[in-house]
Amino acid sequence: MASRNISVSETSRPKLPRHTKLKFDETRQVWVILAPERVLAPDEIAVEVLQLCDGVRSVAAMVDQLAEKYAAPREAIATDVIAMLQDLADKGFLTEARESTA
Amino acid sequence: MSDTLAGNKTTTARPTDGLAVLEQTRSAAETYGIPLAVLLEVTHRCPLQCPYCSNPVELDRGSTELTTDEWKKVLSELAELGVLQIHFSGGEPTARKDIVELVQHATDVGLYSNLITSAVLLTKDKLSALADAGLSHVQISFQGNEPNVADRVAGLKDAHRKKLEVAKWTRELDMPLTVNAVMHRQNLHQLPDIIQMAVDLDADRLEVANVQYYGWALKNRAALMPTIEQIEETSRIVEEAQVRLKGTLAIDYVVPDYYALRPKKCMGGWGRQFFNISPAGKVLPCHAAESITGLEFLSVRSNHSIAWIWQNSEAFNRYRGTGWMPEPCKSCEFREVDYGGCRCQAFALTGDAGNTDPACALSPRHEEIFKQAERESAGSQNRFLYRNFAGGTLEADDHQERPHGA
Repeated sequence: MASRNISVSETSRPKLPRHTKLKFDETRQVWVILAPERVLAPDEIAVEVLQLCDGVRSVAAMVDQLAEKYAAPREAIATDVIAMLQDLADKGFLTEARESTA
Repeated sequence: MSDTLAGNKTTTARPTDGLAVLEQTRSAAETYGIPLAVLLEVTHRCPLQCPYCSNPVELDRGSTELTTDEWKKVLSELAELGVLQIHFSGGEPTARKDIVELVQHATDVGLYSNLITSAVLLTKDKLSALADAGLSHVQISFQGNEPNVADRVAGLKDAHRKKLEVAKWTRELDMPLTVNAVMHRQNLHQLPDIIQMAVDLDADRLEVANVQYYGWALKNRAALMPTIEQIEETSRIVEEAQVRLKGTLAIDYVVPDYYALRPKKCMGGWGRQFFNISPAGKVLPCHAAESITGLEFLSVRSNHSIAWIWQNSEAFNRYRGTGWMPEPCKSCEFREVDYGGCRCQAFALTGDAGNTDPACALSPRHEEIFKQAERESAGSQNRFLYRNFAGGTLEADDHQERPHGA
């Protein structure tokens, strides 16, 4: 079972659970997150971050990538990204890749 | 049942998290054109006989149901229109042999699927097949927290045990689970245990939904109506649990409008952000709408598209917006807050769907109806009229139990 109540840190490797779908809504021309009984409209930054949540990449790697892309202080990016991901995780829209046991 | 994205149940995102809930605050036709989610009542057949069933008293027979191909065509059309989520409901949706095929088709055309089920017909293999077909969320109705009350309300032996089993499988298959608990005078005393049951089942969400009184529930109002003291206690229990279980279990709470001073914004307003499709293919502004006589609801079998029916049909336009309103709604400052309440309730209680919903304290009928409900809540009429295709069957006399605290 996917873990809930995860605590997001730089070492986390978050991903969208099977029941949370990020997709571009062609009709309304907006990105949406589809979740049980909910449709959320993430902003551009959230979409960009969520697209990096593949269960392989660590939060630290995401932050590095975004800090470089936007030429912004790493610390500020890290704070924002972790806060956003934690909020998504609290709502059950984000999970953590399971540790490989092989 | 769940009205999902309609109005009052959406979460409000904090500005910091980069998320906004896609909420429809203006007319659907003005803003998004088409609802985000549509409820498909694929059948009215159901092994349960709950006395508050939200289906109309006049149920659609199995022989009138849309065929597999017709439902698939509906799903494709909805996806093309921009609908994002489908709620497979009923009756009992898994009573249809093609339910896996329908969920698969929804997935194939890009729709997000929720299953609203009584669970009693599901096997582990069937649930697993539904998950493989792309089902993303399971909502199971519970009638109590233990078999004595739950099986009696459902009118089906062994139903409760079966539901617990299916709930467990749902989580084993890693699907999110919503427990839907419909509450009334004869099970409200179990609410704290139902909340704990939802936690123990590892549910993501619990809907504590007080019965809404039309259709079957209106026929059973005397046996179901809670007392005002019960409602106050319920609100207290829910509020305490919402705080205590934050991050573990989300709890949505639907209050009974008989004990509110203001009516509910039913369906987010008639024809504004919601429609459902009945087993026989009628496109309806609400699942109870067929109880209103004198409105003609068009079917997907007609030569009109679903979009045309939604935008142009007489039944959808009759009570859209505020133009149809009589006084006291017409000049009321809340007319665009609640849109005059519920049309089905207005029809059921006053005989005219165009009247103010008597749940509103400003309705001239409010006092009289509220007093009657209050009398019923204090009464000892506890026998159910079970829901079935024969127009209902009265519960045997000796099956009655005295509800706790009544």
